[in-house]
Amino acid sequence: MSVSSSDLTDTGAGVSTSGGWAERLWATFTSLKVAGSLGLAVLILAGWEWLPGLLGIPVFIIPPASDVWAEFLWMIDRSALLYHTFITFMLVVVGFVIGCLLGAAGGYLLGISRNAEIVLSPYILALQIAPKVAFAPLFVLWFGYTFTPKILVAVLIVFFPVLINVLGAVRAVDQQQVDLARSFKANRLQIFSKIELPASMPAFFAGLRIGSTLAVIGVVVGELVGGNTGLGYLLTFAQGQANTPAVFVTISLLTLIGIIVYLAVVVVEGRVLRYMNRRPEF
Amino acid sequence: MTVVQMADSGDRPDTVAEPTRLTFEQVTKQFPQRGNRRQRKRMITAVQDLSLICHDQEVVTIIGPSGCGKSTLLNMASGLDRPTKGRITVDDEPVDGPNSHVAFMLQKDLLLPWRTIRENVEFGQEIQGVSRAERRARAHELLAQYRLDEFADYYPHQISGGMRQRAALARTLANDPDVLLMDEPFSALDAQTKMILQRDLAQTLIARQKTALFITHDLEEAVALSDRVLVMSNRPGTIIEEIIIDLPDRDEPFARRQHPRMAGFTRRLMELLHLGDAPEQTTAKQRPH
Repeated sequence: MSVSSSDLTDTGAGVSTSGGWAERLWATFTSLKVAGSLGLAVLILAGWEWLPGLLGIPVFIIPPASDVWAEFLWMIDRSALLYHTFITFMLVVVGFVIGCLLGAAGGYLLGISRNAEIVLSPYILALQIAPKVAFAPLFVLWFGYTFTPKILVAVLIVFFPVLINVLGAVRAVDQQQVDLARSFKANRLQIFSKIELPASMPAFFAGLRIGSTLAVIGVVVGELVGGNTGLGYLLTFAQGQANTPAVFVTISLLTLIGIIVYLAVVVVEGRVLRYMNRRPEF
Repeated sequence: MTVVQMADSGDRPDTVAEPTRLTFEQVTKQFPQRGNRRQRKRMITAVQDLSLICHDQEVVTIIGPSGCGKSTLLNMASGLDRPTKGRITVDDEPVDGPNSHVAFMLQKDLLLPWRTIRENVEFGQEIQGVSRAERRARAHELLAQYRLDEFADYYPHQISGGMRQRAALARTLANDPDVLLMDEPFSALDAQTKMILQRDLAQTLIARQKTALFITHDLEEAVALSDRVLVMSNRPGTIIEEIIIDLPDRDEPFARRQHPRMAGFTRRLMELLHLGDAPEQTTAKQRPH
């Protein structure tokens, strides 16, 4: 073999080597951004604490941050806040995981079978347009004040964005990549596992990100409609007592749950899509 | 100038003793026109009664105007597409689907972005169930040959276009096909990278005793790399001229480009493709049937 190894024009041209100064500049920039975010948080908390009082807004409309914090500690002590938070968190995770699995399975099946897509697409469209949270009372009628209706609402609401994203990605798979696999005599299963599945991963994770925030909505609506556990229940309870600080506490914890699930998706996505060329998010 | 005007290239007596690797026998390919329902009823003839033979270890290049059905030829030879009429054989077996005798390489490198360079090179063998150790060894050898061993664990987006196309060449060779089908593999590369890859390919074809059917728009590339150049007509595509490139140094395209007769061949190809004519007259003359 007489292929020489002296190609100055080609070898090594594509590998980017970031210089030390660029890295340092980026680090400075990042730390500035972090400082900016923290500063903004302090500003918001301070505004929340004192601004309503200065503007004459009554505390039962916007309670100051310190009242909400006190209510938070009191609720941990007296209202089993952590127990309710844990229940809601578990339901969100279970509903999210089931919804994602079903959505992905549906997306791949419809993406692979053109006929199934043609037959089912009007119904999927109808279900997608239907407001999923409106099913909560129906599910409570069916399953009573159990965990099931809450999980079902979450599953239903997570299902569609995942399905639509996966379906779109499978349909948009590069036909030339499929032809490449076919030219090596790949069977249908290999085309799926080696081309369609990995090619659809970015869209699948985009669907998961959307689903992770929707799962919280699904569970909360289920809990609002009926039952005596979870943050949704605490929310209606606090509303009944006109306990505005408790409502704020509950909303904050629901947000926290959403953030945790969302970040979990981002972390897994970073691992799975590590081949992709994009800038870090955090 | 050694220009051989063929009356009918397909039906000529096969005077060469070498075995044939790839043959097209009176191949016609039609497909429905794209567009609305009424337009789809019209069939477009991409290739009409086309015959060609690639002998063992021969490099045959097809040139022709855009849209004359060159790529359709490669799709049919690789078994991804079937001819409407006629027969295609590879290693004397009729092509009735993808087969391991041939492998193709396109203008797009088609490296899978979620696989490292090594995993991309192993892709074909992985599909065919070759053991991990065996395909590792094969990939290692090919990556070393194409100066990519340092980049084996890089992802495609991390390396240059020339390196990506070399990786695609390594992937094409990993399954050890007899016939390489190449559709403008270097046309997206810059001029210098292109020349280096042409040399890599030329040396590989000689060293590994491969047969190749090569499609290009680059006339110099066609002359520098091939044993024979076939000129295709406008759609419906058929072969209107065969030019035997009897220059030495098929494994050294750099040397061939310096050859005094090089310019004569390219000028002849330009004439055949009417590249010097006025734009109104660019349609290639068709040989009467």
